[in-house]
Amino acid sequence: MRRMTRQRYLAIKIESTQPIDEKEFKQTVWNTISRLFGEYGASKTGLVVVEYDANKNRAILRCANVATEIIRASLTSITEIDTKPAAVHVIRASGTLKSLHKNLPHTNK
Amino acid sequence: MKKFYDLHLRVPLEDFGLAERIINRASKLGYSGVGVPLPPHTSNETVSKLQHLCDSVDIDFVTRADFVPKSANELLMLLRRFRRKFEVISVLCLSKAVARQAAKDRRVDLISFPSIDVKKRFFDAAEAELAANALASFEVDLFSIISASSFERVRLLSSLRREVALADKFSVPVVFSSGASGEFSMRTPRDFAAVGLLFDMPLPRALDALSTNPLTIIKRNRAKLNPKFVAPGIRIIQRGKDCEE
Repeated sequence: MRRMTRQRYLAIKIESTQPIDEKEFKQTVWNTISRLFGEYGASKTGLVVVEYDANKNRAILRCANVATEIIRASLTSITEIDTKPAAVHVIRASGTLKSLHKNLPHTNK
Repeated sequence: MKKFYDLHLRVPLEDFGLAERIINRASKLGYSGVGVPLPPHTSNETVSKLQHLCDSVDIDFVTRADFVPKSANELLMLLRRFRRKFEVISVLCLSKAVARQAAKDRRVDLISFPSIDVKKRFFDAAEAELAANALASFEVDLFSIISASSFERVRLLSSLRREVALADKFSVPVVFSSGASGEFSMRTPRDFAAVGLLFDMPLPRALDALSTNPLTIIKRNRAKLNPKFVAPGIRIIQRGKDCEE
């Protein structure tokens, strides 16, 4: 029987002086991962943007458990999103979306 | 729970509004203490203002001096004059002579190298051995990795991979610091530790580079700067009339 790949959910806080939309954010994250780890490395992350809240500047990403550090390192090295100065912080990581929402401060869900 | 320290937070001393925001941010990101590089002739008033800012957000304030000497003699002169004024002394080594002197001098806490010019990174086996004997730590400024352009970063990561492996071999502590000068260049300690992955540093060691290693330096130096300190292992317990009994 094929074993299921373990996933990790990361709650992200995006800090910028200007508004950032989901498309710009996704593009920057993928570009950063590809630049640091190459397309082969990026393909192993299994990265998906599960939620994106442009008003709160928050996002939830899902990735393969083994690639969590790759994603963290890549997010840390983001200094601008579409030429807008920005910083991305991982505020919480969890194995399930339910527990991530439960432990996330000021979440509506 | 680990206490995280950022020993290189470049707070602008001329703009206390921004300094306050940066220190507040450090506290929110989960740091227990920050090291602020100060010019050697900083007034006591500036130091007490920064101390007050840090106290207001319950964060430990560490005074730090960054020396960039041109020669080994200049380094010795700077150490003689300012060692007892600062809790942490860092030396940016631009020449091999300075690097060797900094590594063997027990008054130096952190040795660092220019991030852009890879040819000026003199952290080899001899340097590591000297640093290990003199209890000096190897400092890595993480924001210089993050902000470097692609080719510069490739060369820097390649050098760091070799240097961190050497530091490990000779048991030289590695200290991670941000080198941040603005709010957008700051990251959480856990995020900075993940950057260690880029130069093959295991996560537990990367976390130690942000917590245990800087804390050891601070504790050691605070004990030495205490007026009761005489020599390692010897300190004054009582003075004057108390000693007559």
